[in-house]
Amino acid sequence: MKTWKLTTPVSDDDIKDIKIGDIVYLTGSMTTCRDVAHRRLVEEHRPLPIDVRNKAILHAGPIIKDLGNDKYEMIAVGPTTSMRMEKFEEEFVKQTGVKLILGKGGMGPGTERACKKYKALHLVYPAGNAVYAALHVNKIVDAQWKDLGMPETLWSCDVKDFGPLIVSIDTNGDNLFEKNKVIFNERKEAEIKKIQKQVSFIK
Amino acid sequence: MDTMTYDYTEPALSTKGQQMRDILADYIALISHRLPDDVTAKLQELQKVEVDPLQKLVYDTMMENQLLANKLKRPSCQDTGALQFFIKCGAKFPLLGELNKILKDAVYRGTKKAPLRHNAVQTFDEYNTGMNIGDGIPSIFLQVDGDGTDIQMYVYMAGGGCTLPGEAKVLMPGEGYEGVVRFVMDRMTSYGINACPPLLVGVGVATSVETAALNSKFALMRRVDSESENANAAKLEHLLEDGINNIGLGPQGFGGQKSVMGVNVVNTARHPSTIGVAVSTGCWSHRRGFIKFDEDLNYELPYNKGVEL
Repeated sequence: MKTWKLTTPVSDDDIKDIKIGDIVYLTGSMTTCRDVAHRRLVEEHRPLPIDVRNKAILHAGPIIKDLGNDKYEMIAVGPTTSMRMEKFEEEFVKQTGVKLILGKGGMGPGTERACKKYKALHLVYPAGNAVYAALHVNKIVDAQWKDLGMPETLWSCDVKDFGPLIVSIDTNGDNLFEKNKVIFNERKEAEIKKIQKQVSFIK
Repeated sequence: MDTMTYDYTEPALSTKGQQMRDILADYIALISHRLPDDVTAKLQELQKVEVDPLQKLVYDTMMENQLLANKLKRPSCQDTGALQFFIKCGAKFPLLGELNKILKDAVYRGTKKAPLRHNAVQTFDEYNTGMNIGDGIPSIFLQVDGDGTDIQMYVYMAGGGCTLPGEAKVLMPGEGYEGVVRFVMDRMTSYGINACPPLLVGVGVATSVETAALNSKFALMRRVDSESENANAAKLEHLLEDGINNIGLGPQGFGGQKSVMGVNVVNTARHPSTIGVAVSTGCWSHRRGFIKFDEDLNYELPYNKGVEL
């Protein structure tokens, strides 16, 4: 388990040696981007109104305080389930050139292909720690697609030492959660057999 | 397309109704930034069991986050859920007739106060109401219990992540409780892993999908260390708890010693031809409250020792 500090813009070279299970702290530009924004780009063919090339997106829907005059404060922010974006992510990475995809839980084969082919990482922020995360957001610099409501708006943030981010897919396409899942499923089958022997309540 | 908006006018409540609404709005804000005592104690216990640096780092982050949330009075998790109330009310509780309006307005006000995230999307019309209330949100499950004058309610903020694993199914009796075990365990590795472990797992056993599902939600309202009064159900709780722990999901699904805070089973009778089974999960940030009022609105908070609103 190595610890890395990354600052945007992130190059292919910056992330080529980072492996699954490593820890990353991010400084620079990170934009929240989730279900409908992915759908708009990939299915509706609407270009993303914020440039995320060589930067980071976070699968998240934050709580924001509207300070008026297009000024906003980050109150609480944390990752949402990344797997919901799996069906769009390969195409999303291809079109946007995003380098770091931050979220929660694992992602699937499409994202693995994208991380390998376009040199990107999927990283997991420990979920539920929304105040800790919000205190590492220096400020909100832009807000687009506000018609989607507070959770789904693209909130572009300037962050400092945002983390810990645990690498779940690296630029080789290795996938931490998929590796764990194989082990988890093997153990599960053994446990089910053990328990089933003890619950014959219908006789 | 024109932007659709949700019509809501705050209701005219009686003086007592306003008082109850204000207490509940305060309590909702509190639940968003302070975990119930049983959950906090359990997380501290589980933290000590993890030995690897990654797992320790995750638990340290969680503990630091809860301290900050309490101190700054901010929601500890950004997903403050679609609110649910599970209520037992005496038939002579004086505000029974106003209750639905009181609860909806308490969520409306609590949302501004906390502030909570706007989590009510009107289905089919597909727009966010921007108020955290909508058709059927908050959801209210009410049992009238005898002709007393008291009311007690669980207040639950279930986020999307831990709502996603929810599933209900009707088994044939031939599948037995062995089938119940398979159903619950399969859900843990497919969806539980992404639902922010260590989880509280609620299992409902009954006749049909809706009765089992409601039981599984009631199970999440019980304390994490509680045990079913039925000896066989309690046995299943312990077997499942050990079994899911042995899968080794660990905090956030990164692997580790423990996967769950607990497993609670709630059961009701079944039709002879069916076994309804359901699973619901609560994430580590299990924000559920419990408040009891008497007819004069004196209240107790059994899950939050030392807290006054």
